[in-house]
Amino acid sequence: MKINPNQSGQNKTLRFAQNLFQNVSAIDQNGVGAGLNKIKKSFGARQVLKGIDLQIQPGEFVAVIGRSGCGKSTLLRLLAGLESTDTGKITFTPEQHDTRVMFQEARLLPWKTVLDNVALGLKLPGKEAKQIARQALQLVDLEDRAAEWPAVLSGGQRQRVALARALAHRPDLLLLDEPLGALDALTRMEMQNLIESIWQQHGFTAVLVTHDVQEAITLADRVVLIEDGQIVLNEKINLPRPRARSDVAFAQLEEHILRRILNQPDFGSSFNQWPFKSA
Amino acid sequence: MLELTHDIPGEALRKNRHAPGLLSSVLTILGRFAGHATPWIIPIFLLLIWQISSQVGWLSSRILPEPVAVVRAFWALLISGELLMHSQISLWRASIGFALGGGLGLSLGLIAGTSRHAESLFDSTLQMIRNIPPLALIPMVILWFGIDESAKLFLISSGVFFPVYLNTFHGIRSVDPALIEMARTYGLAGWPLYRDVIFPGALPGILVGVRFALGLVWVLLIVAETISAQSGIGYMTMNAREFMQTDVVMVGVLLYAALGKLADSVSRLLERYLLRWHVNYQRGGA
Repeated sequence: MKINPNQSGQNKTLRFAQNLFQNVSAIDQNGVGAGLNKIKKSFGARQVLKGIDLQIQPGEFVAVIGRSGCGKSTLLRLLAGLESTDTGKITFTPEQHDTRVMFQEARLLPWKTVLDNVALGLKLPGKEAKQIARQALQLVDLEDRAAEWPAVLSGGQRQRVALARALAHRPDLLLLDEPLGALDALTRMEMQNLIESIWQQHGFTAVLVTHDVQEAITLADRVVLIEDGQIVLNEKINLPRPRARSDVAFAQLEEHILRRILNQPDFGSSFNQWPFKSA
Repeated sequence: MLELTHDIPGEALRKNRHAPGLLSSVLTILGRFAGHATPWIIPIFLLLIWQISSQVGWLSSRILPEPVAVVRAFWALLISGELLMHSQISLWRASIGFALGGGLGLSLGLIAGTSRHAESLFDSTLQMIRNIPPLALIPMVILWFGIDESAKLFLISSGVFFPVYLNTFHGIRSVDPALIEMARTYGLAGWPLYRDVIFPGALPGILVGVRFALGLVWVLLIVAETISAQSGIGYMTMNAREFMQTDVVMVGVLLYAALGKLADSVSRLLERYLLRWHVNYQRGGA
């Protein structure tokens, strides 16, 4: 009677993903492209972004990493249209596009059921909106929780609902603002796999802001490092997917990027370097 | 699937629970009863003392009638139909006054909470007026409206207005800006944003105001009905006082308590339904 729950869940997810996106593949198989040209942004006297140039290809998965306060979240908010640039321009091709944001917190409306949360903002008659929402919930394997209140879900489940809510709109551009930052390690890895598989099938453009180098390398086609409001590293990741963290090339890449963040030269034992250097 | 239900573990447990015998189950029932009865111990005790001291003669019936006399008066008023008539008119005044004041408070609170312009236009004026106790206005109210229904309704609604207004205003302002930002990125604006995000977010605050206002309604009603009314529970008690019918006065007092409790229970039910999504109101919660 009992099947391995993991396996059945995965099969289910895959099957529904195929169902959902067979219907839409003709409409939006490719995401939107974005060009950022000399973007500057200040808050008061503090200049957060000091001239960002970045080209994002349609369907590309870009990870933006950097220390806290480096301006990476501001960049995402500019892409989302939540803030406007001081100087410089962001151009999207095609200009008409649908952007959805997944925030660090799930930001579900506690007074709406899971299903109604996913259907939020869908400009369709109620029945069709619920149908789409249900499909999106199937995609994240939470269809059986559709009628519940968000308050009873775990943190990981809430983020999956938030992902379903973003996907229900079939966005051309999905912006992820450290959406997995508050999750435990296992849930995090599950979510990474889920996001990767959905992205591969849907083909939208994705920009992920994170401070986790491993997560960036696992998911992204390209890793962009921002330091003090400027792009200091723009690294293509050519590893085959799905990427194993234990892979040698993966580890080398991670080491390389981490060193760049910590401003260490790329040679010698790290134990002779700050902060490990003895007095 | 059906066969499976025969040996689910819960079934065996349920059978086991009855096994330990009659005595323990009687004790459990008694224990449960005692748990429900605890809040009633003191009122019943006081009632007994009251009855005994009246009967023995420690309490003059002019000061406090014996409980049995109050029950008799209640019954007599009920049979004659007076009780129902007075209660109806009081309930009507309370409802209309509450609807007027609460409705106005809700609308202005929603407007001031949503728009900074509206807030700066009339919020400070309302804050000034708020500090005048409504009961201090009674002489003016009698001059303005005379002593008919409109004076009573004005008094009740002006008292109810402020708690609803203030709590609505703060309810709107305390809606999580992160949720509003999220809703905007999902294309919600204008009325849908209001209906789906701002209003439900403000609802816990609004309901606090409603319950507070319901408590005030009865206080104001008592005063309003004692200023020269021809009907209502307040009139009934004042009239009885003239004739030293302390038992009828007590019936009036108890009636106010019952109606107040009723209003509070209704608002609790309303809260339970409207905030059923809230952690505190879910099964097992407070």
